Amino acid sequence: MSAPGTWASGIREALRHPFWQAVALLLGAYLLFEFGIALVPPLVGIKSAPIPASVLVQYMLTAVVGILLYVSDQEERWRRFKEPIRAALVDPNKRWIRAALLIVVPISAGFVTYRQVRPSVGAGAQLRSIHPAPPSTISFRGRTMTLAGLENLLRRSGDSAQHLATGRRVYYANCLPCHGDLLDGRGQYAHAFNPAPLSFADNGTIAQLTESYVFWRIAKGGRGLPREGTPWNSAMPAWEEFLTEDEIWSVIVFLYQHTGWKPRTWDEEGGGGAP
Amino acid sequence: MTDLFPLLQAVADTAGAYGRFPVIGSRAAVWIAAEVHLMFAAFVLGVPMFAVITEAIGIFGKDDKYDRLAKEFTRLLVVAYSATAIWGAVLTFFLTTLYPRFWSHLARLFGLSMWIYVGLFFIESFTLYLYYYGWDRWQTGRAKYGHWTLGLLLNVWGTAVMFIANGWLTYMMSPPAGMTAETLPESVGLWNALANATWMPINIHRLIANAVFGGSIVAAYAAYRFLAAKSAEERAHYDWMGYVGNFVAISIFIVLPFAGYYLGREIYQYNQQLGITMMGGFMSWLWILQAFLIGILFLVSNYYLWIGMGRIPGAERFMPYTKWMLVILVLGVIVWATPHTMIANRRELEEMGGSHHPFLGVLGVMSAKNTAVNLMILTTFLSFLLYRRANKRPTAAWARAGTIVQGLSFGAATAVVLFFGVYGYFVSAIVRIGFSVYQVLAVLATIVVVVVLDILMLRGAQSRGAIRWGQMPERSQYALFLLAVTFTWLMGLMGFARSGIRQHWHVFEVIRDTSPDAVTPALGSAAIMISACVLIFLGLVSFIFWLSELGQKSSPGREVAELAAAAPPPPSGSGPSPAPLLGGD
Repeated sequence: MSAPGTWASGIREALRHPFWQAVALLLGAYLLFEFGIALVPPLVGIKSAPIPASVLVQYMLTAVVGILLYVSDQEERWRRFKEPIRAALVDPNKRWIRAALLIVVPISAGFVTYRQVRPSVGAGAQLRSIHPAPPSTISFRGRTMTLAGLENLLRRSGDSAQHLATGRRVYYANCLPCHGDLLDGRGQYAHAFNPAPLSFADNGTIAQLTESYVFWRIAKGGRGLPREGTPWNSAMPAWEEFLTEDEIWSVIVFLYQHTGWKPRTWDEEGGGGAP
Repeated sequence: MTDLFPLLQAVADTAGAYGRFPVIGSRAAVWIAAEVHLMFAAFVLGVPMFAVITEAIGIFGKDDKYDRLAKEFTRLLVVAYSATAIWGAVLTFFLTTLYPRFWSHLARLFGLSMWIYVGLFFIESFTLYLYYYGWDRWQTGRAKYGHWTLGLLLNVWGTAVMFIANGWLTYMMSPPAGMTAETLPESVGLWNALANATWMPINIHRLIANAVFGGSIVAAYAAYRFLAAKSAEERAHYDWMGYVGNFVAISIFIVLPFAGYYLGREIYQYNQQLGITMMGGFMSWLWILQAFLIGILFLVSNYYLWIGMGRIPGAERFMPYTKWMLVILVLGVIVWATPHTMIANRRELEEMGGSHHPFLGVLGVMSAKNTAVNLMILTTFLSFLLYRRANKRPTAAWARAGTIVQGLSFGAATAVVLFFGVYGYFVSAIVRIGFSVYQVLAVLATIVVVVVLDILMLRGAQSRGAIRWGQMPERSQYALFLLAVTFTWLMGLMGFARSGIRQHWHVFEVIRDTSPDAVTPALGSAAIMISACVLIFLGLVSFIFWLSELGQKSSPGREVAELAAAAPPPPSGSGPSPAPLLGGD
C-alpha cells in the first residue's frame, strides 16, 4: 500500500478516470502489438519477428475504435471522459496546455507526414496474392491436362519409397538453393529474391493446396502466373522445361512427406473451401 | 491452340459490339446503374418483409401501434418503388446501347423470362398501391385480413421478380456446363440457363440480405426523424422505430454468413478457378475489407444496445459486463481482419521469412476466423438477451434453473467453437472445412435453446419499470446511420466480388469481354466506384426521407393523429410494448 500523495496512489487514482483509462489502454495496446506479439513465437520454439507496420496501423485503429466505444457507451463515463478535454480547450488556467498542443500536434503530424513521403532507396511495401487462381487446363509438353480433379498418380502406382527417393534427389538438385535445406524458404540464394521463396513448412502454403495446384506452379513457374494480380515478380523457373512429369509428381511427394503436411484433397463433389 | 480461340473471338467480336459512354466509360456507367438499381431493389424487397410481419404482430397481438409502424414503413416504399423502376430502366438502356451484342445474347436466351418479369413487376406495383392506399379503408374485421394478404402477395411478387433477375446474373457467372462461344442461345433452354449452379444460393443469400438491408435503412430513417423531432412524443416514437429496424437488421444478419458460406461453396464446386480468385487470389484482400465492415456492424450494433440500456430501469446490473463483451468483440475483429498475406516491405518480409508472420499467420486462416466470428455472434446475441431482460424480473419458479441452463448453453457453445477452432490446426484442410459446420450448429442451437427458455421464463414477469423511449443520446442515432452506410457499402463490395471474379468474361468462359474495359479493377478503383454508388443511393434515399416528412407536414392534423395512435411513450412512462422477442417494456 502506498501512502496518499505518492506516485503509485496518484496513478491508481488517475486510472479510475475514463480519460486516463483510455490513454493507458491505448499505450498498452501499442506495447502489446509492437513488442508483445513478437515474444510469443519463441515460447513455442519458433523464430520471432515484429509485426509489419501495415498490420500495426490496422490493429491500432481497431483498438482506438474499441476504446472510444468503451468510454462512450455509458452517459456518465462519456461525460467524465470529455471533462479533461473540454478543460484543456476552454479553461483559462490551461493556456499553457493549449499552447503546448498547438506546437506538439502540428509537429507530430509533420513528422508522420515526413516519414511517409521521404524518398527511400528501399522497395516499397507490397501486397501480393499468394494463391493465384489456376487455369482450368494447362498444356504440359504438348499435352492438355485438366487441373480440376487431377491427382498424383504416383501415390497409387509403383514403389512409394522409390518415388520419395526420386523426389528427394530432384529437390536437392534443383530446389535447395532457394527453398532451403529445411524447406523453409531460406536457401542460400533466398535473400536475393523479392518476393522471397516460399516456405513449405508454413501452414499457409502447400498445406492449403491440392497436389494439382502445386504441379501447376512447379511446371509453369513465375512466367506461367495469370495476368491478374501482376506484377508477380516471381523468379521461379518453369520446371517443365527441365523435369519430366513423374519427376515433378515425385518432388511433390517429397515436399509433403518431408514437411508432414497433407495435401488438400478433392472431395466427392469436387469442391473445397477457402484456402 | 487453346489460347488462339479467345484471341480470334476478340478480333471477330470487337466491331459493333460495344457503345461508348462519355467521361466515365461504359463499364462505370453500367456499374453505377446496376448497383444503385440493386440497392433500391433490395430496399423495396426488404421493407415489405417486415412491414407485413409488423402488421401481423399488430393484428394478432391486437396492438395498433405495430399497425401504424408497418404503415410508416410502407410509406417509404411508394417513392422508393419509382426510384427502383427508374434505375432499372437506366440499366436496361445502358446495356442495350453500350453492350448491344451481349444484350442481344441475353435477350435471345432469356426473352420469355423478361416478359414475365415485366408482368410481375406491373402486378407488384399495383399490389403495393392497393396495400398502402387501402390501409385506412381496410382497417377492421375481415377486410384487415384481406389487407394483410395484399402485403403477403407483395412479398411473393417481389421475391419472384428477384428470382428471375438472379437467374440472369448468375447465368453470367455459372453458365450451364458444356456451353461454348459457339453455342446458340436458343439451344441452351430457358430453365437450364436460369436454374444454374449459383442461382439458388444467390436467391437465398439475397432474400436474407434484403431483409437486413431494409431494416438498416428503416432504422436510419427513424434516426433522421429522431434527430429532427420537435417533441418528446416524436422522439419516443422514432427511438422505438429505430430500435425495431435495428433489431430486425441485426437478428437476421446473424444468419447471413451461413448463406454466404453456402454460396461460396457452390462457387468453388462450380469452378475452382472462380473460387480461388475470390478467396485466395487477387480478390483475397477484399475479404479483409469485408471483415472490417462486418466488424463495424458487430461493434456498432452492440454499442447501440449498450447505450439503449441507459434508458431501461434495471439495466444497471448488466452494465459491468459490457466492457468484457467489448473486449471479446475487439479481439474478434482483430483476429478476423488479420490478413494471411501481409502488406510488408522488403525488410519486414525478410524478418518474417515470407509474407506470413510466424505468429499472426496462425490467425490468418479460416480456423481462427470462423472461431472469431462465431464468438462475436454469441456475444451479440448475449447483448440482445441482456437488453431484453433488463427491466424484467421473472416470476417463474424455475427461473433460476432456467438462467443456469442458459449460461451452460453459452458455455457449451463457446467450448465447442474454441475446441474445433484449435483442433482445426491439427487436421487436413478437407476435414477442417467440416468443422465450421459444427461451430455454426453449436451457436445456432444455443440461440434457439436460450430464446425458447427466455420466452417461457419471462411469461408474466414483473416489470422493473418502463423503457424511457426517446431518452437516447444523439450519438446512438449516428450509430444507426453508420450501420446503414456500412450495410450499403458492404453490399456494393460483395457485389463487386461476385461480379468481378468473372474477370474478363461477360459470361464465364463462354462470352469474352473484348471491350477496352476488360480489366478487373484494383481494389482502390473498385472502392471509389462503390463509394460513388453508395453516395448516390444514400443521397436519393435522404431525398425520399425528406419527401416522406414533407408529406406528413402537409397534413399536420393527420400526423398528430398518427403519432397519437402510435402512442409514443412519454419519457417517463408506459411506451409501446414491443413484441415478446423485440425487447422489454
